[in-house]
Amino acid sequence: MEVFIEKTGETKNVSFSGTAKALLESLRVNSEEVIITRNNKIITLDQQVKDSDSIKVLSVISGG
Amino acid sequence: MRCKECPEPAIIENPQLCQAHFTDYFESKVKKSIDEFGLIERNEKICVAASGGKDSVTLLYILKKFGYDVEAIAIDEGIHGYRDRTLRFLKKFCSENKIRLRIYSYEKEFGKSLDKTVKKGEPACNTCGTLRRHLLNKHSEKYDKVATGHNLDDESQAVLMNLLKAQKKLFSRQGPKTRKIKGFTQKIKPFYFLKEKEIMVYAFIKGLNVPFSECPFARLSYRSKVRDALNKYELIYPGTKENILNKYLSIRSFDNQETNSCTKCGSPCSGLECKACRIQQRIASET
Repeated sequence: MEVFIEKTGETKNVSFSGTAKALLESLRVNSEEVIITRNNKIITLDQQVKDSDSIKVLSVISGG
Repeated sequence: MRCKECPEPAIIENPQLCQAHFTDYFESKVKKSIDEFGLIERNEKICVAASGGKDSVTLLYILKKFGYDVEAIAIDEGIHGYRDRTLRFLKKFCSENKIRLRIYSYEKEFGKSLDKTVKKGEPACNTCGTLRRHLLNKHSEKYDKVATGHNLDDESQAVLMNLLKAQKKLFSRQGPKTRKIKGFTQKIKPFYFLKEKEIMVYAFIKGLNVPFSECPFARLSYRSKVRDALNKYELIYPGTKENILNKYLSIRSFDNQETNSCTKCGSPCSGLECKACRIQQRIASET
């Protein structure tokens, strides 16, 4: 799946199937600091994500 | 995960709500803060201290939505690759939403951008914060209050930072609304009880499309270390940030704040000259 990480601006291609929470753990991202969208809709951490999904990890931290 | 109020899927875990119920929750919470702490009266003119980031843009959006008389003031510190980007977005947002925006720059006001000042050895975040607050206060005189996008995350970090540094004076000055002090425009924080994540979710739902942009100096700050630690702690012990603020508000006592006026600019301060004037003198002496 394509995972766009807003904070770094990078898009990663990862093979993953599991919960959004597990995906964040594999990316070493603190779930407190982001929201996740799947195909441009916000999802909760318990939602399943799969290879055909387009995932965005959006940073909630103020930049200043 | 389902919404705790209806069968729709939840879009956030805490509170566990769907898009429609989260929107109601968010707006109610802002209204409750405004009402409970007397943040804004209907006839008041409010200026939002806007950076172009998600917090201040969302604050402008919601205060305008609630029908308040609101304008925006932005400070251009002169941080290349960061502030120019956020201001570009802010100008577009204010223009599209018919919000009057005034921008004041360090270059014009102090003769040097923050980038240049830091190159001369000034500490970035300390200098930036002091000068920004000085300009905001100076240019917000005609407004009844200045609203900032400070949220539960920012404020719990501030409580902890002041505690760790034993900043007794600063410790007593926090909260959703500052006290009325001659020479200072009163500051209000309508997002005081909302988490950053909640603001981000609301901004996303409303399609505000605020681009993420990080200040190149932010990682150097003491705050960033406290923020990272607190976020790790919140993950293990959910509710930590909210507890910090609630405990803080229950023990807060007010000190006798500045009674002197700065001999240079007239701003309230504890000594003869305010910190902003001392920094300006140092900057001016640097070649």
